[in-house]
Amino acid sequence: MLIYVFRRLLTAIPTLFVIVTLAFFLIRVAPGGPFNQERGLSPVIKANLEAQFGLNDPLWKQYLNYLNNLLHGSFGPSYNLPDFTVGELFWKGLPISVQLGASALILALILGSILGVVAALNQNKSADYAVIAVATAGSTIPTFVIAPLIQLVFGLSWKLLPIGGWGDGALINKIGPVLTLALPQIAIVARLMRGSMIESLRSHHIRTARALGLSDWSVVVKHALRGALLPIVSYAGPAAAALLTGSIVVETIFSIPGVGRYFVDAALNRDYTLVMGTVVVIAIFTILFNLIVDILYAVVDPRVRYD
Amino acid sequence: MTEIAATSVPPTVVGRSLWGDAWARLKANRAAMISLCYLILMGLVCIVGPWFVPHQYTTIYSDYVRTPPSFSAYPKEEMIKTALDDVVRRMRVDVKDVKQDGGNLTITLTSSKPIDERYLRYLDRSDTFDGAQILSKSPEGNELVIGTTVRQAYFFFGTDNIGRDLLSRTLVAGRISLAIGLLAGVVAVVIGVLYGATAGFAGGKVDEVMMRIVDVLYSLPFIFFVIMLVVFFGRNFVLMFLAVGAVLWLDMARIVRGQALSIRRQEYVQAAEALGVGQRGILLRHVIPNLLGPVVIYMTLLVPQVIILESFLSFLGLGVQEPMTSWGVLISAGAKNIGTANWLLLFPAFFLVSTLFALNFVGDGLRDALDPKDR
Repeated sequence: MLIYVFRRLLTAIPTLFVIVTLAFFLIRVAPGGPFNQERGLSPVIKANLEAQFGLNDPLWKQYLNYLNNLLHGSFGPSYNLPDFTVGELFWKGLPISVQLGASALILALILGSILGVVAALNQNKSADYAVIAVATAGSTIPTFVIAPLIQLVFGLSWKLLPIGGWGDGALINKIGPVLTLALPQIAIVARLMRGSMIESLRSHHIRTARALGLSDWSVVVKHALRGALLPIVSYAGPAAAALLTGSIVVETIFSIPGVGRYFVDAALNRDYTLVMGTVVVIAIFTILFNLIVDILYAVVDPRVRYD
Repeated sequence: MTEIAATSVPPTVVGRSLWGDAWARLKANRAAMISLCYLILMGLVCIVGPWFVPHQYTTIYSDYVRTPPSFSAYPKEEMIKTALDDVVRRMRVDVKDVKQDGGNLTITLTSSKPIDERYLRYLDRSDTFDGAQILSKSPEGNELVIGTTVRQAYFFFGTDNIGRDLLSRTLVAGRISLAIGLLAGVVAVVIGVLYGATAGFAGGKVDEVMMRIVDVLYSLPFIFFVIMLVVFFGRNFVLMFLAVGAVLWLDMARIVRGQALSIRRQEYVQAAEALGVGQRGILLRHVIPNLLGPVVIYMTLLVPQVIILESFLSFLGLGVQEPMTSWGVLISAGAKNIGTANWLLLFPAFFLVSTLFALNFVGDGLRDALDPKDR
């Protein structure tokens, strides 16, 4: 197992390298530069700035420079937020995004699984239809509609939650964003769980367990659930990577100082280093969670072996 | 199996085609049919509707900023007064008396100086009054009796932040959103089908390389890709669909490739080959009809994705630009004004969400109708 993990981490290095290279040249091909915005920068200052950040060097040299810095753990300075390095920006914003994303993910996994199991156990009964309705709604309504609706209902009409803001991480400020992030995930998890649970309940080992006279509870929780968990596990990996790296919609609407906004802003402002930093962070999260998923696979399903 | 079928089915019975069969099953699906009707209705309302709404989606009514939706005609009583006060302030005169008789107003104006008659233009220029004329005039000219009609206007969905009619804006936005959804969906399907079919038929090394390219594009963060396309193409409305379509073809390519690969190995294709049917015949008679099912299903599920993506981009300010509008633009404006004017969010959100629901139901219905495994 350890050898497997080690090997996977080794193969992640070339993947990361390809992604970094692709992203680096893609953003450089785009017209414009970090100091070309309509801000009336005098040409002398602009030239100085570009010289200072090495933007006049040939592209291959900048690329090698960037890789060198990256290997030494430095993402470089942000061009549009000049007081910060990209590392500092992530150091500040990432914990916030991770907190929200992780809470939403845990909520979605627990609630979604419960809903899915309930639906599967009552297949084609009213409870099942209710869950399907919730799941359809949750996966159809886009987050940029859910978020303002939550603000409208819970914030403005009922005055239960603040409309937005981080409030130094007060619990009440997190409820709205976490709900918004979790709802679509709950829908997807419930749907997946329902499908795989129905299949799992039909399998031979469940029939055997029932024939042996095990209680319903033990059949469902100990035997059927375990087999039904695999699709959820494989879904949770990419979902976790996406949730933990911040959502631009949720963070914009609820005014959360996370990292979700960086990517779009940076790409539009040609803040090259911040774009690259975001790409690297997202890639690392994705690779990491895919690895965790594969390890969990072996834990959940003893038939899976990595030798 | 074939032997039994050959003996038990009378030869006179005409078999239903794949599509006839699918249509019959789709018709039996109530949710899908209702959704289909709803979509057709929504399309018609959005295409034809704006011509029947008395307001242009770009017209700015400065007297009606953030007017709440209402079925009764505007202006309301107190609005006439504020509008009149506003006009009178501009004319620098005082109101001595106002008499209202249905839609007609008789206003007596006074001033310390003689009143310039050209000032009446201010009345006509406002959105509330119309056809101002002088009824009588005092000898010194500093007292004027004028008659004017109140211009009636209906704002069923209310008006937005700068006084544009939300109903016509929502309908025009629907045109744009639906058009982008369909066109970008077609772009994605065409690219995906061509790419996937080529890879699937070529097989071998070509297939290997082509699918690796798809894998690489998959591994890039999706939003990065979209934003790069927007950065390249600029915030151009027409190029938007190309960008959106160009991002969403990856799934289509994979599905079509898989289908093409599996169809090529089917026994009926081998049988056709053994009977001497040419490549062209096999392609037209067996491969394309069998590919179409999944393509149609995927396309109906793709359209809502495209609409969401377009709305999302417009929400971020990257998509459709003012004064052109789409549901995403309207929802974005609505989300910023929920405190003061929640109808700006609720109406466009309802239109978008109900359309997405209907599209999903139709897609699910088509999948059930066309999926051969279901039989």
